[in-house]
Amino acid sequence: MTKTKTMKLTLPQDELMSCGHLACQGCGATLAMRYMLKALGQKTVLCIPACCWAVIDGAYPHSSLDVPIYHCAFETAASTASGVKAGLDMVGETDVTVVAWAGDGGTFDIGLQALSGTAERNDDVIYVCYDNEAYMNTGIQRSSATPYGAWTTTTPVKHFKTRPKKDIVAIMAAHRIPYIATASVSHPEDFYKKMIKARDIKGTRFFHVFAPCPTGWKSRPEDSVKLARMAVQNGLFPLYEITDGENWTLNLKLKDKKPIIDYIRLQGRFRHLGETELQAMQDEVDRKWNKLLKNCGAT
Amino acid sequence: MRKVIMGNHALSYGALLARSQVIAAYPITPQTQVVELLSEMCADKRLDAKFIKVESEHSAMAACIAASAAGARTFTATSAQGLALMHELLHWASGGRHPVVMGNINRSMAPGWSIWTDQNDSLSQRDTGWMQYYCSSNQEVLDTVIQAFKVSEQLLIPSMILLDAFALSHTYEVVDIPEQKEIDAYLPPFKPQIRLTPSEPRAFGGLTSSEHYFELRYKLQKDMEMAPALIEETGAAWEKKFGRWMGLVEDYKCAGADLVFVTSGTAGYTARVAVDELRKEGIKAGNIRVKVFRPFPFERIREIAGKAAKVAVVDRNMSYGCHGIFHQEVKSALYSGDVHPPVFGFVAGLGGRDITLDSFREIAAHTLSHKRPEDDIVWIGVKK
Ligand SMILES: Cc1ncc(C[n+]2csc(CCOP(=O)(O)OP(=O)(O)O)c2C)c(N)n1
Ligand code: SF4
Repeated sequence: MTKTKTMKLTLPQDELMSCGHLACQGCGATLAMRYMLKALGQKTVLCIPACCWAVIDGAYPHSSLDVPIYHCAFETAASTASGVKAGLDMVGETDVTVVAWAGDGGTFDIGLQALSGTAERNDDVIYVCYDNEAYMNTGIQRSSATPYGAWTTTTPVKHFKTRPKKDIVAIMAAHRIPYIATASVSHPEDFYKKMIKARDIKGTRFFHVFAPCPTGWKSRPEDSVKLARMAVQNGLFPLYEITDGENWTLNLKLKDKKPIIDYIRLQGRFRHLGETELQAMQDEVDRKWNKLLKNCGAT
Repeated sequence: MRKVIMGNHALSYGALLARSQVIAAYPITPQTQVVELLSEMCADKRLDAKFIKVESEHSAMAACIAASAAGARTFTATSAQGLALMHELLHWASGGRHPVVMGNINRSMAPGWSIWTDQNDSLSQRDTGWMQYYCSSNQEVLDTVIQAFKVSEQLLIPSMILLDAFALSHTYEVVDIPEQKEIDAYLPPFKPQIRLTPSEPRAFGGLTSSEHYFELRYKLQKDMEMAPALIEETGAAWEKKFGRWMGLVEDYKCAGADLVFVTSGTAGYTARVAVDELRKEGIKAGNIRVKVFRPFPFERIREIAGKAAKVAVVDRNMSYGCHGIFHQEVKSALYSGDVHPPVFGFVAGLGGRDITLDSFREIAAHTLSHKRPEDDIVWIGVKK
């Protein structure tokens, strides 16, 4: 008799995020939140600055999350989290995980100063950047996380972005904080495991989470998870961790690293690119991948 | 305990006695001693507080607001450029109804760089929904920190305590520092009804449609309107306990005066000396020292200035393209009253230029020699 194969569910079934939220269909950022809360549980406070998630959560007096949220100013996710942690400690609630949850714009750009301050002090908070590679909330403008070649409303087709994506993880590693991880919504178990690990570490912990945005990427909502998985598998968004700023671990080794072209073809934001630009993109991915392998001692 | 301390340290002692729980601050001249002493008090455990050594004033205010949301009593201090950098967050504090208390040393705004005093930094923040207390002595600074916490925490509105740069911040005076137990009996711990806690998950400050936003702001104004009575009441209890005046405006010999100065900050005390001098010379002068600028004490101004023959408002600030700011407010207070004495506006002492006894003599001479104001601004001591 042949055995039927069943999938093993490794994530808890508890949900701290409910339906009725205001995200677009196929929004990667919602999956990221859902998985994070499964790991952190009820004893969590979120600090959310201006970004899509400030809207996704829902309008006053409603909220789609079953944990408290402080909606803060765009550039203050990190310092708000520092303040919440200090305040909760002083009123005797010392067992709460305080999370700053911000987009790439709020992290790579306007919020970088506060993030650097919090990390340098090693304040006891988790900072999660969900990266959809542009300012989506204000209608798809470029951020310093927007990759080379991409169309946005401020990098239009004829003047697409010509600078590479800022390496936020390297910047955070330079702060020598105890824990840094990348994660992708296509790999929830990996994300969950890392969150559990981060929850039990003291000090500033930083997550860079890949979160496709069909609205901004001009992709099909049903392709979001697929795109995220492709980005991991072609080395564009590798999964790795860094402890104490210098111990790098690659979580997913790629036996045969796929070219990025299939990933590119699924997105309207790269449609205008010709062979030369696509080659430049592939070269940049390869360069970074090789550097990562070196950092992880995997060459 | 009586101690000779500088104005800045009066702020620190106020924050200590109030048992501040979270302090987040960034240094700027002439505020630095406020936070230096507080960091020392935290380090040697005289004060049981978390001191967050932030990387900017913007983050200082963000952290104070957040800690306040979590239920802690929070304090910070800044000056001029630092206050301007906080501007966005000042709205966040009042709109979110977080009773943060902050000392601000009144320093002129750059450019040109100036570390000397005038009030344009704090008056630029007058519409942010913060209460503003302008102090005239180190004792008043210390006493006001404690009052401010008490009033702020009842109304859930943040407070700013203003000191003139150097004229007060760095001037040493004898200050009576009350016993901790006396303050504990006066100022209860901060226990907000609603706060950020996992045991009662709530979203604070989320997306708010026009269905709700207007009412939230209406409530802020209604609560602000309750402040004058509460400040007077809180001040009266203080006076009963410590024998020192606390209130909205200080009336110095205004009854039956021919000429009433309206002043604030350290110029308020110079004005009192000027009043005494002028009275010796047979001029019936008086002084209103405006202590609380927000909420603006309209009623008290009408009561006192409304009875004067002439009013001379002395502004250490300027609303460019308009007039001195206290001048505007005093006029608007009197307009809705029954009597309308002529109100003269003087701008003096910008960028820390001294406002002296002679300045007041000049102001008095001008006011008494003109039937009505000819200009909305009379510049005192400017080299034209
Ligand atoms: C000080 C300030 N400047 C600008 C804005 C407008 N703004 C709101 S959200 C946003 C972009 C957010 O982008 P990102 O952080 O990448 O998050 P996403 O919207 O993509 O989720 C901007 C520019 C603001 N709220 N505050
Ligand atoms: S714009 Fe993108 S990130 Fe924002 S809610 Fe829609 S799908 Fe999500």
